[in-house]
Amino acid sequence: MSTTMQADPATPAGSAAGLKPVRSLGDRSFQLLALVSGLLVLAILVLIAITMSQQSSQWFTSEGWSGIFSTDWDPAHNKFGAMTFVYGTVIVSVIAIVIAYPVSMGVSLLLNEVVPRRWAQPIVYVIDLVAVVPSVVWGLWGFLIFVPWLQITVYPHIASAVNDIPILGNLFGFLNGNYVSGASFFTAGLVLAIMIIPIVTSLSREVIATVPREDKEGAYALGATRWEMIRGVVWPHSQAGIVGATLLGLGRAMGETIVVALLMGSSPTITSHLFTPGYAMPGVIANQFGEATVGVFRAALIGMGVLLFAITIIVNLSARAIVNRNVRRIRGTA
Amino acid sequence: MAVTTDPGVVDLRDPSGWRQAKNRLAVGAMWFAFICLVVPLGFVLVGVIVKGASKIDWSFLTSSTIPPPTLPPLLAKIEGTGGIGAAIVGTLEITAFASVIAIPLGILGAVYLNEYGGNRPLARLLSFLSDVMTGVPSIVMGLFIFTVWVIPHGLTGLSGMAGSFALACLMLPIVIRSSYEMLRLVPDSLRQGSYALGASKARVTLTVVLPAAAGGIVSGALLAVARAAGETAPLLFTIGVVTATNGNLFSGPNTALSTLIFSEVLQPYPNAVAFGWGAALTLIAIAFILMIAARLVTARFQRYSR
Repeated sequence: MSTTMQADPATPAGSAAGLKPVRSLGDRSFQLLALVSGLLVLAILVLIAITMSQQSSQWFTSEGWSGIFSTDWDPAHNKFGAMTFVYGTVIVSVIAIVIAYPVSMGVSLLLNEVVPRRWAQPIVYVIDLVAVVPSVVWGLWGFLIFVPWLQITVYPHIASAVNDIPILGNLFGFLNGNYVSGASFFTAGLVLAIMIIPIVTSLSREVIATVPREDKEGAYALGATRWEMIRGVVWPHSQAGIVGATLLGLGRAMGETIVVALLMGSSPTITSHLFTPGYAMPGVIANQFGEATVGVFRAALIGMGVLLFAITIIVNLSARAIVNRNVRRIRGTA
Repeated sequence: MAVTTDPGVVDLRDPSGWRQAKNRLAVGAMWFAFICLVVPLGFVLVGVIVKGASKIDWSFLTSSTIPPPTLPPLLAKIEGTGGIGAAIVGTLEITAFASVIAIPLGILGAVYLNEYGGNRPLARLLSFLSDVMTGVPSIVMGLFIFTVWVIPHGLTGLSGMAGSFALACLMLPIVIRSSYEMLRLVPDSLRQGSYALGASKARVTLTVVLPAAAGGIVSGALLAVARAAGETAPLLFTIGVVTATNGNLFSGPNTALSTLIFSEVLQPYPNAVAFGWGAALTLIAIAFILMIAARLVTARFQRYSR
């Protein structure tokens, strides 16, 4: 810092090389410092990929592809198949975005198109509050209050109501005739939904804010109601961008750890029944890493982290591509 | 659309009842969506405050010994109940050091992206990657620091500093994004005016551009700190476990509020659970204070710039 502050002679205006700026050492080193900081992002991402793959290589060599993609997880007998956890992660995060999508949509339309600006601010504060509640607090509350309540007063009633309906019965009915659990796929998905709504809402709002004012006023001038204006103008403009925002929420939901570690019941099962316990990738890493001190067990858990990293990177890349393209397209034509 | 009563006269009365009803229904659904978000938040806040407030007093917040979860309540009464002081100290020092690493680097990275990178492919790539990096799961950051720091150093690698590294990895892209957005808002005329006076680029950036964006940068950084303070997953494998205050960030295992809550939740003992609630209330309070500070900075900055 100190060198950058002092090394700063004014460029001699009348010299022969007057048009070519003289760049001092301090100036150049500051640029270098900034560049290195920027490159740090790339370096960390590359390092994550390399070092974690290395540490998990033992998993791949000892289990092989078929072992990794099996559903057999039994550390006591050296069986480390990841598929049940991949299944759990996918199901839970799909539940989360199915719930979060309409809610975020509603809240962002409310904020951008319905309430006046001075009312919008308090609503934004509330959403920020949701975002800043630590995940472990959601987990604590969910584990001690929400799960028991769901198990006793909510799930049994829903299950008995839908048990005999074909598809709903398979999703929300009893397992083996009478079993539902408060800690389940659905509970974890529900809490994850609440946690990702703030981020999905704020991205959706950014997308919706790009809808040209003239188009909206044109719709009103034609006599459209607010809802007709939203359907006719806001919707077509921002649909793709909102899909991107939701995908980004999907990425968040997949990586969220504490909620799935506490609220899913931690039982590696593949089932269509959403009111029964499952297990997700971040959950098994968090819960079992302490026991996995050496060997294939630890390699498998780190490998699960690599898998999670790869999946979330892919989801995020596509989500960002959709959001950015959409925002740029609309800004360009506006 | 507008109904015409006779040719040439447009009817400008209100839309038909059905259309208005649909409109009201839609707006009602939007408010309902908001309520769907508020209700769980309310339940969590009320739950944590009701269960945690009875636990919180001065000795709970400052006592440095975290009692073992198995200690029966009766015995605990005799020996003094212990407290979460160690975890508060841990959370504060780990988060503070993470901020010391991530905030300057993040701001410098944003300076590169906005002031030097321009439209170059490298800058566009880094901007995109920092976007993507905000989505990397926090538990992956924990595993990453475990593989590059704890494995080579063995058990001595478990320290508050390792936890700070993991949190810093998490904060870096957030700080870059928020600072970048703020730097973009600084009008070019400010930069050009300074160049016209003969200032170098480094000086313009340090003395004109960054101060102009300071309010937004600080509030973005505070939000990143608030998020990091509440994180659990990056600390699970990096800081180890300890039940007494460890003021030394750089050696020896440490503890934090979030990891303490995570371990107390799973205990079957009521006093451990009560500890979890008290710690949760403290953690929420810390996160909220940081968020409110960010809001105040933003508000002040807005008034100043107007």
